[in-house]
Amino acid sequence: MVNRFICRFIFELLFCNPPQTPSEAEVPCSNTRCRSFVMDSLLFRLKESVGEALLPGDVFSPDSEETPSRAEKLICGPGLRRTGDHVHVFKSGILRNKLPNMFWIDSQQRRYVPAKGESVIGIVTSKAGDVFKVDVGGSEQASLSYLAFEGATKRNRPNVQVGDLVFGQFAVANRDMEPELVCIDGCGRANGMGVFGNDGLLFRCSLGLARRLLTPNSELVKDLQQVFPFETVVGLNGRIWIKARTVTQTLILMNLLEACENMTAQQRHSLLQKVKDCSH
Amino acid sequence: MRDTPLSNCERLFLLQAIQEKKRLDGRQTYDYRNIKILFGTDYGCCIVELGKTRVLCQVSCELVPPKDSRPTEGILYFNLELSPMASPAFESNRQSELLVMLNRQLERCLRNSKCIDTESLCVISGEKVWQIRVDVHVLNHDGNLMDAASIAAISALSHFRRPDVAIQGREVTVFSPEERDPIPLSIYHMPICVSFAFFLQGSYLLVDPCEREERVKDGLLVIAMNKHREICSIQSSGGIMLLKDQVKPVEMLLLVEGEHENHSSERIKPFPVLLCFSSFVLMQRKEGGKFGFAESLPIERITALKRDEAPVEMADVKDTAEEIINRTESSTEVYPPGLKTRERSAASPVLVATGTAQVGEGIVNSWGLEEDEDDEVIIEDKGGGNPRRLQNKGELELSLWLYFRLLYHTVRLHLFSLVRPGKLQDSEDLMQCLTPRVYLDDLEEGAGHTEEALMVLLAGSTSMMASSSGISSSISLQLVMSFVDF
Repeated sequence: MVNRFICRFIFELLFCNPPQTPSEAEVPCSNTRCRSFVMDSLLFRLKESVGEALLPGDVFSPDSEETPSRAEKLICGPGLRRTGDHVHVFKSGILRNKLPNMFWIDSQQRRYVPAKGESVIGIVTSKAGDVFKVDVGGSEQASLSYLAFEGATKRNRPNVQVGDLVFGQFAVANRDMEPELVCIDGCGRANGMGVFGNDGLLFRCSLGLARRLLTPNSELVKDLQQVFPFETVVGLNGRIWIKARTVTQTLILMNLLEACENMTAQQRHSLLQKVKDCSH
Repeated sequence: MRDTPLSNCERLFLLQAIQEKKRLDGRQTYDYRNIKILFGTDYGCCIVELGKTRVLCQVSCELVPPKDSRPTEGILYFNLELSPMASPAFESNRQSELLVMLNRQLERCLRNSKCIDTESLCVISGEKVWQIRVDVHVLNHDGNLMDAASIAAISALSHFRRPDVAIQGREVTVFSPEERDPIPLSIYHMPICVSFAFFLQGSYLLVDPCEREERVKDGLLVIAMNKHREICSIQSSGGIMLLKDQVKPVEMLLLVEGEHENHSSERIKPFPVLLCFSSFVLMQRKEGGKFGFAESLPIERITALKRDEAPVEMADVKDTAEEIINRTESSTEVYPPGLKTRERSAASPVLVATGTAQVGEGIVNSWGLEEDEDDEVIIEDKGGGNPRRLQNKGELELSLWLYFRLLYHTVRLHLFSLVRPGKLQDSEDLMQCLTPRVYLDDLEEGAGHTEEALMVLLAGSTSMMASSSGISSSISLQLVMSFVDF
């Protein structure tokens, strides 16, 4: 969830809206994953377990005698859920912390669940009147209105064919409804979203790798940049599109990315060194 | 569930790559993926892995009345199922075109080619015959299901043993495997299907297409052949018009490849592989050793599709485990089964027995290895000092240590075979010099120095070896090169 915030943060910082920091107001926010807490010992216990692997069912509870002394806010990210005064873990993974009081579980999975605000790569499967049906890797296909593109009006329709790749973000994504994609931001500008990729290669990876590639100053991206120059679009649904100068280079990059998922930095460096030596 | 649609850019890219003779996984046009055949504990059970495509086959038999038109022949029944676990596009109990095509081709390849002697399956003519049932289940679909299915079926049939029978008049006694050894089926030849995918109106050809390549193909040609250069069946689907000129070179290719197995290892050579596998498994059974899928687990053949090795910090695992146990409340002591009374007091949390305390080894843990360096999250250190750096150093030391141990043993083996007995004293001294302690102090800097240090070490050691034991420089150079590859 933090990465989602970070992406959105950079997005909005660079372009029009004033940055929306994670809501720390006392008022319960619309994002169902934010909750505010007041217990001191709870915070302490959570901080103690940062970096440990936790399993679903683990509970963090405050000391029973403690009364709320001061308003300490604690934000629960993905993998943590609040029930009453306790924090329950419902995904297995490693507990991470962003100071001062944001906690989440870093877990590994390949199946994507649409969430609001995330930018994903979708494949257009059909046109139904005014709406495109887009496959995003979730259980339902998302709908994308033809008006949700920059500069699109009823007369001026965007040029989208079945089988095209689109990069957009979710305007609506909850469990009970069909998700909706849009290719414009709040101001009406495209910001890199929309139809793309006449050539290049699309492939799948795990969600963790996609998030790693999207962190600012990512080591992985820096290492790969030194191998070949390439263009890439990374979707948070585990889809990556890359394009390098030649077909061979693109294929090498794809294989490198798939291999980098389970490698330590040291192994990656040695592998990239080998690739650089072979290519020169 | 629906399968992911193929986007236009993927299709264009794949076709472009094929025109440039490039494949997604780096194979050549006529290269097969790695084939692995594993047999289970039951006779007639086998799993075939063709790259990531996995297929399971089970053969069973039953005594039934024969068909009216053929009273003296046994019955062969083939059944192929596409499990939804193989691909999101497959739905159970749905007759898709692919399923029908695969079933028909399997039947044609194995039944119509008369590879199994059905007359030998007759017990009492007109009354009882053996019905051999071959069930093939597709576990993972990554292209080329036909080849994998045919290899699985024929291997399972060669592996299978039917119960022995005794006939007295009209009475039939079927012996259990404990009473009398079961009998193998009589197989005349082993037909195997090879698939060729055609692209761009037949101008380009690929052998053993993977799933993505199959999606953009124009047509498919499946040829079933055996070792004796006989074609058992040819099937062409997809509606492309293949001229005779195009089919002939394909046949010649198969014949040539089948004969010359000395070509590069990825050529089509399933025939000798099959024969040697089934005979190997038989030997294992006779010797009373363990066999089956469970035995393939420790050699990492079944549990994972892909696995990379990562150095693991193991120095204080036992202490940490003991610590954790001590911290938890003491409950009634649980003894692992089979421990004798006097050993109970020494029960430790770490079980050292092989195969009893674990099932498989799971995937490599990729958390925390990368994030520690590039995450802006601050991880609070509990142990004080700089635990992350020490851990990296520990990993480095361990990997180096492993390198040197292997080096030590390999060089030792080489030397002992080459050096005369009188010179053994010298080689022992050499071995002392090659132990890791001397060198580790110099090599604690960082990852970048590892390779250089290894080269220096090897260069130094080989020169010493060459001078003292008279090995020619070419051999020492070979030793160096083999270690560098490792």
